[in-house]
Amino acid sequence: MPLEIITQEQEQGAQPGAKKVPNAAKPEPQAVHQDVAAPPVASKDSGPPKRSESFVFGIPQNGLTSKQREVPVDEPPPLARNADLRYIGKPTARYDGPAKAMGKGKYTADVQLPGMLYARMVDASVPHGRIVSIDTAAAEKLPGVRAVYVVQHTYGLAELRDPKQETPSRYPLIRYAGQPIAGIAAVSPQIADDAAKLIKVQYDPMPFVVDRTEARAADAPAVFPGPADAAGSAGGGGGPKGVPQVGNVHGPQRKQTGDPAAGFAAADVVVESEYFTQVQTHSALETHGFVVDWKPDEVTVYASTQGTSSVRNDMADVFKLPKSQVRVITEFMGGGFGAKFGIGNEGAVAANLSRMTNAPVKLMLDRRQEHIVSNRPDSHQKLKIGAKRDGTLTAIELTSYGTAGVGTGAGTAGPATNLYTCPNLLTEEYDVFTNAGPGAAFRAPGHPQGCFAFEQAIDELAVKLAMDPIALRDKIDENQARRVERQLIVERTNWRNRRPAGSDAGPIKRGMGVAQSVWYRFVSMNSSCEVRVSRDGSVELMSAVQDLGTGTKTMLAIVVAEEFGIPPGQVVIRIGDTRFPVGPDSGGSVTAGSITPAVRNAAYQAKQQLFAAVAPQLGTTPDNLHLAEGRVLFKNDPSRSYTLKQITGKLPTDEISARATRGPEYAKEKLTYGGVDYVELAVDTETGRVHVEKVFGAHDCGRPINPTGVISQINGGILQGISYALFEQRIMDRKTGYMLNANLDNYKILGAREVPEIEIELVENYIAQSSTDAAGIGESAGIITLAAAIGNAFFNATGVRMRSIPMTPANVLAALGKVPGQPGQEVQA
Amino acid sequence: MADEHKSTFSRRGFLKGAGVAAATTAVESANALAREAQAAAQPDPTLGPGALPVKLRINGQDHAVTIEPRYTLAETLRNNVGLTGTKVVCDRGSCSACTVWLDNVPALACMTLAIDATGREITTIEGLATGDTMHQVQAAFVKHDALQCGFCTPGMIMSCAALLERNPNPRLADVKHAVSGNLCRCGTYPKVFAATLEVAQQRQQTAGLVGLTTGKEA
Ligand code: FES
Ligand code: FES
Repeated sequence: MPLEIITQEQEQGAQPGAKKVPNAAKPEPQAVHQDVAAPPVASKDSGPPKRSESFVFGIPQNGLTSKQREVPVDEPPPLARNADLRYIGKPTARYDGPAKAMGKGKYTADVQLPGMLYARMVDASVPHGRIVSIDTAAAEKLPGVRAVYVVQHTYGLAELRDPKQETPSRYPLIRYAGQPIAGIAAVSPQIADDAAKLIKVQYDPMPFVVDRTEARAADAPAVFPGPADAAGSAGGGGGPKGVPQVGNVHGPQRKQTGDPAAGFAAADVVVESEYFTQVQTHSALETHGFVVDWKPDEVTVYASTQGTSSVRNDMADVFKLPKSQVRVITEFMGGGFGAKFGIGNEGAVAANLSRMTNAPVKLMLDRRQEHIVSNRPDSHQKLKIGAKRDGTLTAIELTSYGTAGVGTGAGTAGPATNLYTCPNLLTEEYDVFTNAGPGAAFRAPGHPQGCFAFEQAIDELAVKLAMDPIALRDKIDENQARRVERQLIVERTNWRNRRPAGSDAGPIKRGMGVAQSVWYRFVSMNSSCEVRVSRDGSVELMSAVQDLGTGTKTMLAIVVAEEFGIPPGQVVIRIGDTRFPVGPDSGGSVTAGSITPAVRNAAYQAKQQLFAAVAPQLGTTPDNLHLAEGRVLFKNDPSRSYTLKQITGKLPTDEISARATRGPEYAKEKLTYGGVDYVELAVDTETGRVHVEKVFGAHDCGRPINPTGVISQINGGILQGISYALFEQRIMDRKTGYMLNANLDNYKILGAREVPEIEIELVENYIAQSSTDAAGIGESAGIITLAAAIGNAFFNATGVRMRSIPMTPANVLAALGKVPGQPGQEVQA
Repeated sequence: MADEHKSTFSRRGFLKGAGVAAATTAVESANALAREAQAAAQPDPTLGPGALPVKLRINGQDHAVTIEPRYTLAETLRNNVGLTGTKVVCDRGSCSACTVWLDNVPALACMTLAIDATGREITTIEGLATGDTMHQVQAAFVKHDALQCGFCTPGMIMSCAALLERNPNPRLADVKHAVSGNLCRCGTYPKVFAATLEVAQQRQQTAGLVGLTTGKEA
């Protein structure tokens, strides 16, 4: 099975909470990928020789301190805080901005190779059934068609623990409408489309169920005839394996700490409610897709992927190829958000077609298929929280049911487990199989759902305790960064003027609310790079790591630039190619924290080599040289200095290069990140429309390398979060099993007119864990919090709590009692 | 969802059937009506379904391509001319990623048949820059980081640059309106607004300065 979790190394040793990360990039032992699981343990008696260094530590608002760490001797000296650096932490224009703005960036969808064929995927038109026959003759005969490949194995679905429970069949069993069946390669996309219509598939249909609630019934059609499990991806997703399964209900994954019953008995107040969230589709603008050029000595794969390494691994696994014969290239990438790891069905089909035709084959999914092949699972959560009069939490109990269609990974317990300190906790997470496309990792898997319930319940608790919601969080939240972030919100927003719930008399009601996020520090040891310095003074960085649009290229240019004292624009960045040293797959916000230390270390080592090579000619020793402000300076003689170019000109060879790989974190600690988002909104109680007017986000991502890029990502998280809360919803037809709105006109996504005023404040958080202390922001950037913050602001505006999303006008009017409907019920699709 | 200025589809059937309606600008309506009138006077020859040679004027250059009448302009630009800056995202007129200009008016290349673009001036994202020098709007997008994955960016820039041509002094609401059909999943909107408004401001200032130096009111 190629789509396994590639678990990032993290500080598991001293981190019991690691296993409390439901649906994050999950560190479940059985899912650990061998080559990343066991990095050399940093200890005094093993590993490379160490030296002791003092690192800047803490959060500037709280006063910075220092932290002593043992670091490998070949690592650079600790970085100063951002304020004292030249390029790191300074707003920097995107490295590939001009290429993108001028239409020159070549995305996978844009790749054109000589003799390239265009492929189309043919998918199932029934939601459940056995394929009796597939007739490809007419399609094959169509002039211009070069090959038809019929799928032998479908990836991305859960698989039966015991395959013998199902009668074997000639073709993979169809479990959702839209499941890939075949691929066609033709000389033009139009001919491939024509041919797709000529493929005749005969089905023996089976009963199906696409609704989570119906699927839980004892007599519901079984999506799988026995227990089945699904793997996650490098981005997370995927549910627990080996848990009980009755009918379509897979689970629970049960976790308990302390004694919840005693905790509730000791509580002064208890809040208890049910919450519902919908299925959200990724809707990256570039659909999933590949161009595969299968040659006998090397298979080249252009991939719209979040992990060049994940694609290479899958190609090697599926086609039994040595990795040395697989090259994966991702130069520009049109968005992923968690859905694009490994080769998937489209990559496997493209590769088979290329092998059959001896020609490069491009297979991009169409928009309908994109909506079907991956999603964020829905949820039905029952949540109960107990607290003392002073706000101290005494017990939390969460039961969640969610459908990831034919996959698993709908758990939502992350926020309830990891946001606040609570001695007694019980969580039970169930996956419910339905005949719908598989769930996948999607920006902070499980957390937007979990936060929507949990952070609203905390708000409800504040109401019951007659406490300010921020004061309650100050009481129960130990995270230092979020404390500073809450303070920023109090100082910089309208929070102090917050009025009692439902204060406006007229039909337009305004309110404000906050919610908090939690994410985890994951680090991938598959993070290597090479830095080259040439005699002409040019500096290049190479790594297989990819840039999904998050700004990886820019971030790496900045790190190299800081080390060499040259502007980031002068560093050439070559990434997204597995010919270069291995890079981390970009999921779970691992990229920045994983690859930047390797890059800084390599740049530092290249610089040391340069000094060593030229020092004799300069009549000095290497340790007398250092680089600053773009010049090579003599420590013992301030009057002597050279440009970098003058120095490299003295290299005895044409180039020098250094390679570095991410080492383990300096210390084993449980580390989380978090943001706090504040929302002001207006509810039109006559039309049911919710207008988000202002968002203030305060966020922590360790040491920000490029604040410009970080802020862009947070804007994106906030806007996706608003879109999730108010608009987006997959609609399944219970009668046919089809997704009815698998397109961008009926699947409503936030547009320009719905964009509120957004203000973002980054909180620097130095943790002294690596040579850069950088961390990713993708997950904690607003997507987790916004639905809950909007829910809390909605309550403040109206006095009514929204327990289901999306907050469409119909849902809002029902909640307000303006139209018949059942407030607090699931938004029916 | 589609911006009104995007609705100048060249599918003749659409123009005939739906009329030019209020959806098009006055000038463009007049042009479209004139073309329709001309087309009515000389009935269309039957074309296709096979491929035929067609001449397209793209970014100031003539391109001879052999295409089937059913090919959209977006497909033709990307697959037959090799100009892949124009992106196809929804292929049904709901995201504006494929926005190009036809005779300087934004149009959706996925909703325009290539043969209907003959005789018209087609401008794509590749034609906006002057050599390696970015158009002001492109440069502002880079400066403000109004692009992340960049897949929506060509369409977004074509919409914003066109807005500034027809309205040199837009307000925030005008920019929002101009890109209301442009979908961006990465969430670049706030920076798109800032970039576009800054170009407008720069142009105003430059115009003001020119006015001062020449003694004429700009
Ligand atoms: S691709 Fe043309 S509007 Fe979406
Ligand atoms: S930048 Fe990615 S879709 Fe707009």
